[in-house]
Amino acid sequence: MPKDGGIGASSKRREDVRFLTGNGNYTDDMNLRGQAYVHFLRSDIAHGTLTSVNTEAAAKMPGVIQIFTGDDFEAVGGMPCGWQVTDKHGEAMQEPKHPVLAHGKVRHVGEPIAAVVAESLAQARDAAEAIEVDIAELPAVVNMKDAVKDGAPKVHDDLTSNLCYDWGFVEENKGAVDEAFEKAAHVTTLELTNNRLVANPMEPRVAIGDYNRSDGEHTLYTTSQNPHVIRLLMGAFVLGIPEHKLRVVAPDVGGGFGTKIFHYQEEAFCTFAAKAINRPVKWTSTRSEAFISDAHGRDHVTKIELALDADNNFTALRTDTYANMGAYLSTFAPSVPTWLHGTLMAGNYKTPLIYVNVKAVFTNTVPVDAYRGAGRPEATYQLERLVDKAAHELGVDPIKLRRQNFITQFPYATPVAVEYDTGDYVATMDKLEEMADLAGFAARRKESESRGKLRGFGVNCYIEACGIAPSNLVGQLGARAGLYESATVRVNATGGLVVMTGSHSHGQGHETSFAQVVAEMIGIDESMVDIVHGDTSKVPMGMGTYGSRSIAVGGSAMVRATEKIIAKAKKIASHLLEASEGDIELKDGAFSVAGTDKSVAWGDVTLAAYVPHNYPLDDIEPGLEETAFYDPSNFTYPSGAYACEVELDPETGQVTIERFSAADDFGNIINPMIVTGQVHGGLAQGIGQALLENCAYDEDGQLLSASYMDYAMPRASDLPMYDVDHSCQTPCTHNPLGVKGCGEAGAIGSPPSVVNAVLDAMRSGGHDVGHIDMPVSPSRVWSAMHG
Amino acid sequence: MAQVKMTVNGKEASGDVEGRTLLAQFLRDDLELTGTHIGCDTSQCGACVVHVNGEAVKACTMFAIEADGAEVATIEGQANADGSLNVIQQAFQDHHGLQCGFCTPGMVMSAAALLKDNPKPSEAEVRHYLDGNICRCTGYHNIVKAIIAASGQDVSAIAAE
Repeated sequence: MPKDGGIGASSKRREDVRFLTGNGNYTDDMNLRGQAYVHFLRSDIAHGTLTSVNTEAAAKMPGVIQIFTGDDFEAVGGMPCGWQVTDKHGEAMQEPKHPVLAHGKVRHVGEPIAAVVAESLAQARDAAEAIEVDIAELPAVVNMKDAVKDGAPKVHDDLTSNLCYDWGFVEENKGAVDEAFEKAAHVTTLELTNNRLVANPMEPRVAIGDYNRSDGEHTLYTTSQNPHVIRLLMGAFVLGIPEHKLRVVAPDVGGGFGTKIFHYQEEAFCTFAAKAINRPVKWTSTRSEAFISDAHGRDHVTKIELALDADNNFTALRTDTYANMGAYLSTFAPSVPTWLHGTLMAGNYKTPLIYVNVKAVFTNTVPVDAYRGAGRPEATYQLERLVDKAAHELGVDPIKLRRQNFITQFPYATPVAVEYDTGDYVATMDKLEEMADLAGFAARRKESESRGKLRGFGVNCYIEACGIAPSNLVGQLGARAGLYESATVRVNATGGLVVMTGSHSHGQGHETSFAQVVAEMIGIDESMVDIVHGDTSKVPMGMGTYGSRSIAVGGSAMVRATEKIIAKAKKIASHLLEASEGDIELKDGAFSVAGTDKSVAWGDVTLAAYVPHNYPLDDIEPGLEETAFYDPSNFTYPSGAYACEVELDPETGQVTIERFSAADDFGNIINPMIVTGQVHGGLAQGIGQALLENCAYDEDGQLLSASYMDYAMPRASDLPMYDVDHSCQTPCTHNPLGVKGCGEAGAIGSPPSVVNAVLDAMRSGGHDVGHIDMPVSPSRVWSAMHG
Repeated sequence: MAQVKMTVNGKEASGDVEGRTLLAQFLRDDLELTGTHIGCDTSQCGACVVHVNGEAVKACTMFAIEADGAEVATIEGQANADGSLNVIQQAFQDHHGLQCGFCTPGMVMSAAALLKDNPKPSEAEVRHYLDGNICRCTGYHNIVKAIIAASGQDVSAIAAE
């Protein structure tokens, strides 16, 4: 029986009512008294020397309040990078300066050069057209392998080259890995591209800066996944504002998918300019601006090799990847192709020896950073494509080859530094085979062929590292932040609770699922629990939402704080009941004395806490409010097996997804409806990457796919109904809820099975092409089939 | 500047607008009806869908001045008279047809227009109709399911949750 409340119930989302009635409060819905508007003049040249920015005529345009250029920010810090990677020689990565407004040079199309602040947005835009910018164009570097050649134009003149770092992992394993390849019975090699994507949350970014002259406090309203991170980075590194004088608010946020983690120039600008002109300053990105200013995702070029013995056991894995950083280091960019990617290369397999090499490269393109999955989709894609290729080369069944090499004993220490606590890869594969109706595939293929179509089946597994992250560990790996989470539980006198969580909800439904957890722990109705997030003036220092960390880390902090509440409430109850504290039990919102019928209600205890008339003031403080910070001891490791079935029209190369099945192991689950929805969304983004989406630059660094007219966002008619199951559950062993996180799985797990299915369909039509790069567009498929 | 007058959600509304002011901007900035969202600048995403004289229109494709004298309906006017969610809105909540909520007003307005013209649409018809509405969160599964449910058709055969 499904539960009707608490942990495990598909409670309907309380946040839906405001969104369905037009009462959401997104940043662009806010307008402050006396607000001015900023429009950024952005570079339309990818690489050049900025010889002059003449604002004289523009400054005289109607409504213009002030125009800012790079000179105005010379005394201000640059945009910081939050992660320092150490290369294979033990040297720190090359870290270029990243100005708020371009200074000296422009390095990518979209880089802001000047900011016009005016009475209206239209006036700001009109005036921006009157700014005279002189740029001496330089040759641009776009292709990563060209960028690291000797003599290539340098993106940053003060760096030694365009190589940010050359990372080897685990460097000490390299010799043993190479040796294993020499001894291998079979080696499968694959070269592939993980296509560059744009996250495209439906809400474009917005920032409103405000400054209060009476108390010297700055407020930034922004579309962020982690307002405290923005407060810390912007306050400490860019503008020099102490945190107690800087409030950052991220109200309803319309999707993030990673691209709203990062601290952006527009946020710093609006905060800075609000004080400079002594008025609130608002910026609302257009979609076209978003394409050239939001951090992009993926963009790896990889060669990967698998060594197998004569019995088809995996003996070693070796990769060589180029990862695009773009023109500057976005906030967490260096960590994505390294610690979020290399550590996942074992996948679901007991490959004993692994060596990963990653060269991170600067190019004259928009910065690249985390996008849903962040490094883990890149790892999964190359590994799961490679295993499929190996199976076909060896003439063995791809599922059988995977099963043969599965890790089956847990905990399992991989050769790439992480330890999987739990998992059951056999169970998810068993479940998948049942869901995908493998037995019926032959008949379905025959039916497709009767209509002149090809049909293909593809499968893949995935593992991800979520619940980011143990602070001590990531500190050793170069993170310049802790990755704990916080929660304050405030109980009111009449028994209602407010939980202030450092996690941030931008579509994940925390206001519902977090309330389910607390309600279950106390035994009260969910409606008595309110979740507050997204405001640094209300919530304790928290690290926000990304890396499928909210329930695993933020939820754990909330559990710890609620445990403290319950412990104190029991003390108060023991006094009210004149019983020993150890005999007090909490059940269904009432405290009782074990073995008796004596009890007091939750509300009696909370009232006593705030009206302490009959109260042991010598022993216990009044009030009922507790805070906890939770720092995970390990990552969590969700895993699963996915299957895709496609139909391919050999006349046109058009691929359609006919079935998609996903068997996931997320450990324990709080709200199955929300978890399923998260998987659906992830699948759509993964299928979008595999079939449709591509962020394309020309050789001059012009972005060719800079609007929804050119960038193929998945539409309703591009996607199927999904079959999603999460009944295989191996609970996480090291957090109090036994949860693993589910937000990124769909995007991580789906691209390889789509491509594997397309290749299977092509093979069935007599075209064994070995590999095809994403997106598997009709033209690519047709060209591959027709040489 | 020119004056425009229109009826929005049954109430008279007016304002002074520039020739270039879009209907979406007028609704959001002048009338403070911020439920109509702007998600792109190429009339692709559909977050701004409203009804003008009973027809679904992307409010970013129309100047405010073009709506002079029109009857406009927005998401703010969709709930039942007692404030409860209407059938389509309720189906979106029941079937988890929204996550971040940003595309949702446009989805609900498009769904209402679809069901007016085609009271019992098939899954393929719903998907085809929604080609002008982009959602990045849900993968569409639950939106399609919610709209079919709102039409009164059985959705029990569509995968759970």
